[in-house]
Amino acid sequence: MLVVNKIAQGARFAGVVAVMMFLAACAQTKPDLASGTAAPGTGQDFVVNVGDRVFFLEDQSTLTAQARATLDKQAQWLNRYSSYTVTVEGHADERGTRQYNLALGARRANAARDYLVANGVPAARIKTISYGKERPVAVCNNDSCWSQNRRAVTVLNNATN
Amino acid sequence: MLAFSPAWDMARTLKAAFAIVLGFACLVLISQPARALIELDITQGNIEPLPIALPDFAAGGGDPKLASDMTSVIADNLRRSGLFRPLDPAAFIQKNMGVDTTPRFGDWRTIGAQALVSGTVSRQPDGRLRAEFRLWDVFAAEQMLGQQFYTTPENWRRLAHIISDAIYERLTGEKGYFDTRIVFVDETGPKDARVKRLAIMDQDGANVRYLTRGDELVLTPRFSPTSQEITYMSYAGTDPSVYLLNIETGQREIVGNFPGMTFAPRFSPDGQSVIMSLQQGGNANIFKMDLRSRRTTRLSNSAAIDTSPSYSPDGQRIVFESDRGGSQQLYVMSANGQNPQRISFGPGRYSTPVWSPRGDLIAFTKMHQGRFMIGVMKPDGSGERILTEGYHNEGPAWSPNGRVLVFFRDTPGANGGPQVWTVDLTGYNEQRLGTPAFASDPSWSPLLD
Repeated sequence: MLVVNKIAQGARFAGVVAVMMFLAACAQTKPDLASGTAAPGTGQDFVVNVGDRVFFLEDQSTLTAQARATLDKQAQWLNRYSSYTVTVEGHADERGTRQYNLALGARRANAARDYLVANGVPAARIKTISYGKERPVAVCNNDSCWSQNRRAVTVLNNATN
Repeated sequence: MLAFSPAWDMARTLKAAFAIVLGFACLVLISQPARALIELDITQGNIEPLPIALPDFAAGGGDPKLASDMTSVIADNLRRSGLFRPLDPAAFIQKNMGVDTTPRFGDWRTIGAQALVSGTVSRQPDGRLRAEFRLWDVFAAEQMLGQQFYTTPENWRRLAHIISDAIYERLTGEKGYFDTRIVFVDETGPKDARVKRLAIMDQDGANVRYLTRGDELVLTPRFSPTSQEITYMSYAGTDPSVYLLNIETGQREIVGNFPGMTFAPRFSPDGQSVIMSLQQGGNANIFKMDLRSRRTTRLSNSAAIDTSPSYSPDGQRIVFESDRGGSQQLYVMSANGQNPQRISFGPGRYSTPVWSPRGDLIAFTKMHQGRFMIGVMKPDGSGERILTEGYHNEGPAWSPNGRVLVFFRDTPGANGGPQVWTVDLTGYNEQRLGTPAFASDPSWSPLLD
């Protein structure tokens, strides 16, 4: 039961993150407002000022330059705030088959995890999980949505916001 | 034989099973001299369905609705198979047919019937149902088959499926698949927050029952070929893992103690082991677990995604998908993991292979130029045929007689969702199977017995 609860909370937190991302996108013209509301070291700080997710090309798990830049910032942040443990959630878009996408999501989560470890975050602080194509954040029927779903999201397990 | 297993709620007593066998023997003797003038060749590509007359069974004990409903279930089964064309009862000349009514064959020939089924359903003094039917060859004016069954009234649908199977088998020469069930994943809620539950239904969509409550994500249920168990993947524990669920007792257990995500499970043909993928870092490899000894065996070891393993019906080989060559393709290896050979070479990616219970074909999902197709090929990779194609068709599973594939078809966009469809090996007979909500990952049970 404990385990189940933990996962449920994780899912809820992911929902919160998704909403915050949306707000952050809206506030792009007012960066001061966005950063001003997130106290350093909080979950909100991580999502808004660092970026909690990286994106992948279709059927790929190679980290793009942009993904590496985000993960560099994540590693710095996690090294600074060393009390956090994280779960890297790997996801795939809906344009693949279920079983393969579970493995593809795992491969993406693993690529992000390996990069964080290579940049100093202890492996013991990082867990990975794959949701395959089961947890899309964008639901339209073209690549503007599918590209958002091909992602690895670093979720803080013990964030207080 | 048509003896019911005591494990099934339909006929719990040996007495009932005995009565069924006895009735079968009696009426078959009567029908012995029938020459099969009706020949339904189901090996052709696009066959002409056989015109069959199914007048409502007579109600021997005063329940004409039940008798009529049973006849409808049989007619619907036969129609959906694509091999039969039940005739419009409004055209019937001879009325009030019962199992002991002598058919006026000329009347049935006049309306174009080649086969005729007559039957009677009656209530026994002890409350059980008795159903009898005869299958007639209209042109030869002869009985082809006669059977008699006893069961409890609540199992009338199952009886109708058993009768459907008997008719199908007598006329096609192949086992039927109507007395079966389909396990699937029921999907409700918005696309970005789907609730998924395991569910089971009769193969015609009736009697839907939910096996999990939707608290955790569940995927890819598969029937055991030998027991009332399914294996599936669930996010209930720390890592997403393969589980076993007994659908009668509700008891469930995790399969093995693997360090990481296990997924894509399937039973071996003898039901004694489960093969599945284990995620190891960025790679997925195929493992087998013996359900009795709990011993696990690694069957693949590649720097790739090896998944969707499926045994050949003789248990000697395993087909699986792997991206070891750069993209998803199908491979066949020995059951011990030796000698993997790529079998798919067409343009596009191939996924979710599943070996036919007849052994002659492997069904798969194929993705090419943004289209998702269901197809079949021979185990050596030759003879590829696409049976259906569209925006998104995925995850074929075989009927137990290897004639029909059940799969899911997804529709695009925020309001889109998967539904369960069937297609037969001709590719011409494609039908949606009604489910209460969106539904995916269907898997067919073996014939109940």
